[in-house]
Amino acid sequence: MRLIKSNTSIDFISYGKYAIIFSALLILMSFVSFSMEKLSFGVDFTGGVVVEVGYPDAVALDEVRGALDEGGYPGATVQHFGSSDAVMIRLASEEGAESSEVSTQVMQSLHADNSAAELRRVEFVGPQVGDELINKGGLALLYTVIAILIYVIVRFHWKLAAGAVAALVHDVLITLGVFSLFHLDFDLTVLAALLAVIGYSLNDTIVVFDRIRENFRRMRKATPVEVVNASINQTLSRTLMTSGTTILTLLALFFLGGEVIHGFATALLIGIFIGTYSSIFVASALALRLKITSQDLFPPKEEDAEKASRVTR
Amino acid sequence: MNRYPLWKYLLLLFVLAAGVLYALPNLYGEQPAVQVSNAGGDAATQALVQRVRSTLTDADAAPEDITLEEGRLLALYKSTEAQLRAAGVLKRQLGNDYTVALNLAPSTPDWLRAVGAEPMALGLDLRGGVHFLLEVDMETVFNETYDRYARDIPRFLRDESIRYSRASREGDSVRLQFPNAQGLNEAQDALGGEFDVLRFNEAPDADNTLVATLTETEQQRITDFALQQNLTTLRNRVNELGVAEPLVQRQGESRIVVELPGVQDTAEAKRLLGKTATLEYRLVAQGQDAQAAERSGNVPAGTELYKTRDGRPILLEQDVIASGDQLVDASSGFDQQSGSPAVFVTLDGQAASKMFDTTSAHVGDPMAVLFIENRIDTRYENGEEIRERKKVEEVISVANIRSAFGKRFQTTGLERGEAHDLALLLRAGALAAPVNIVEERTIGPSLGADNIAQGRLAVIVGFVLVIAFMAIYYRGFGLFANAALLMNLVLIVALLSLLQATLTLPGIAGIVLTVGMAVDANVLIFERIREELGAGNTPQSAIKSGYDKAFSSIADANVTTLIAAIVLFGFGTGPIKGFAVTLSLGIITSMFTAIVGTRAIANLVYGRKRRLQKLSI
Repeated sequence: MRLIKSNTSIDFISYGKYAIIFSALLILMSFVSFSMEKLSFGVDFTGGVVVEVGYPDAVALDEVRGALDEGGYPGATVQHFGSSDAVMIRLASEEGAESSEVSTQVMQSLHADNSAAELRRVEFVGPQVGDELINKGGLALLYTVIAILIYVIVRFHWKLAAGAVAALVHDVLITLGVFSLFHLDFDLTVLAALLAVIGYSLNDTIVVFDRIRENFRRMRKATPVEVVNASINQTLSRTLMTSGTTILTLLALFFLGGEVIHGFATALLIGIFIGTYSSIFVASALALRLKITSQDLFPPKEEDAEKASRVTR
Repeated sequence: MNRYPLWKYLLLLFVLAAGVLYALPNLYGEQPAVQVSNAGGDAATQALVQRVRSTLTDADAAPEDITLEEGRLLALYKSTEAQLRAAGVLKRQLGNDYTVALNLAPSTPDWLRAVGAEPMALGLDLRGGVHFLLEVDMETVFNETYDRYARDIPRFLRDESIRYSRASREGDSVRLQFPNAQGLNEAQDALGGEFDVLRFNEAPDADNTLVATLTETEQQRITDFALQQNLTTLRNRVNELGVAEPLVQRQGESRIVVELPGVQDTAEAKRLLGKTATLEYRLVAQGQDAQAAERSGNVPAGTELYKTRDGRPILLEQDVIASGDQLVDASSGFDQQSGSPAVFVTLDGQAASKMFDTTSAHVGDPMAVLFIENRIDTRYENGEEIRERKKVEEVISVANIRSAFGKRFQTTGLERGEAHDLALLLRAGALAAPVNIVEERTIGPSLGADNIAQGRLAVIVGFVLVIAFMAIYYRGFGLFANAALLMNLVLIVALLSLLQATLTLPGIAGIVLTVGMAVDANVLIFERIREELGAGNTPQSAIKSGYDKAFSSIADANVTTLIAAIVLFGFGTGPIKGFAVTLSLGIITSMFTAIVGTRAIANLVYGRKRRLQKLSI
């Protein structure tokens, strides 16, 4: 069975202009969203308390809010979690949730109202731990990008490395933008997913680069644009296949993996979608704009260079 | 032409067999067990096994088996009812010297255990329990340290008759002002000899002023001491909770992780972690009969009756010479002269002078150390469990005063193990640096079970979807890839079990993601083979060049993903680490199975056919 014809010859590079406009729009949207909404960081980063409580039957949010009001926590955010018999209560650091006693007191006030309330999950993160995680998380993203940049420069060429890194920064920014736009919770698992997106996006891009290198060797007479176009076309089927299988498993996680893993699956789904697009339209196009040539990947040997210089003299 | 040498097939078979073997224990599940351990934290012994066995048999609750591994005693049962009954019996019969906890023991058959095969450990998010991150408040510790030196240094200067005009603590330093340069020089010489853990510098902003700060090594030592002390006390307290497999571990410079699987009553746990112990140095009352006092109940005036650790009564003077919060350090080592085991104790200035006064007046008399702790005890009354707070006071050491001493002294005449234990107890009783809970993650048992069920379902559904897709899309070769994918899954589980890595929910997510990405190598190879066929190559050479040409892409692509996974591991805390581990393992195993595994099958199926016309791809 084949979904993609084996001999496609789509001129991806000439779509490049539109791709750049499209990407620029998406990134602009992300930045606008950041400046207006910021990211809704989860307690992992902001500090605070999350208490997840299960009830035997469906429970009204007002009832829970009432119980919390009486317990002295009027500022709590209360929402259903997954189903109507589970409730998630969130207290940010500023609302006095700075000690681990809060979760105990929250449970006490809920029990006072309804003794059937069952504690399912507590997450308390002190403010200093949250700050540290933001710093460490940012550094982790940065280190990953630098390590990968070095690898691609060594294995290929800086022009391709620039393209690859631009593509993955593009993917991360847009994924973050979507999270900010739809007010999705950004917690530790989402950060892990972002790092996985970086790995994945690169994976896709590298396969195309590998083909570009091979084609520069084989298609001696072709222009760089032709080589890049051919390479993207030849790997198109693989790019879409792999994204397809990965997205299939991620859908399984998204729908069946439970609430805790929801954010993770969401981030990866968005990231892989964007990553697939960027490895087709962004990474190679950028390398072309940096005037990548066959000589960049296969520097003429020294003797040849000497000979050449003798001739010109 | 597409043939593997025999050794490659054998290698593959060997890896597969080993993978199946070490993944197997995960299929056997777990069985209810009762865990018994010494409350003091010592390893359980064969003698204890005998005692538990006879106790249980007498109570008609004989276990299926009793295992003793790494100092953990587990009595195994078929049903939860039998387990609960046995736990009740043991709690009543063994008393408070032993911790009895409910646990789940992997029901791995003996023949698997013999080759070291064990199931994966489940993380707290899958089995339920509490995770605490405690921060030791080092600021308070250093504040107290500088306060103490701000008292000790002036006293020393007075003793040495060196005149100073002002001494005060300022932030993380002690400032000493002298009337003239001569005084400063004298003081600098004398202080340097006495306080070798301090650095004395002349203040740049004032004349005739010395600024004393702790040396870096001393700061490090104080931090380590505070951490060590808290670890010891926390371990002791956690043992009281009766948790099956608690974890108390240092994390970084000033933090401690406490994990209590299966615990839901977090309020109780928090109370226990925050509770205090202290100790008191007192003289043993002379010329009094402690046994008579115990019999009659008439305790002589000015004394108090206590018991030693082995239960003997002892009368102590009411007056306290030094208490735990004045103890600066306690460590075990060897006496420099006799070479026998000893405990070295350092007191702060105030306690030191009182100690000196007392000991100079009582050379030859015995002195005792009284350990006081608030403990929670469990009693049984009419079959009901009753928990009560109890103040436990016991004399942990009695030794004769050989000569007058003050700030630093040592206790000898102990066995080596005893010296170690006494040092630990002294440290546990010293004022512990305050700890704050800076992070808590509690997962209820039902949510843990839900997480396992959902995780398993996601793995299975994801796996089936990918398998179906591959089989439809690549037909014969798709089946090869599916065999490799199955082997990959087995290998990941086997490696995780072998490394005894902890499986967490993000870890399961990592496995699911790996399943999706593992086929990538095969997709690369198969697309290449299709291309080669399209270019008019014979099937045999298409297989060969397909695998050969795809290799560099596969290697490059996987190395970059591996880089991301390794950074993730370095950054990771708890659950995130689990994701990084499964992702990295998955990348490595998938490269092996997708390249070597599928090639072996392809070679077996097609390799010998000379006139091969068509490939099922």
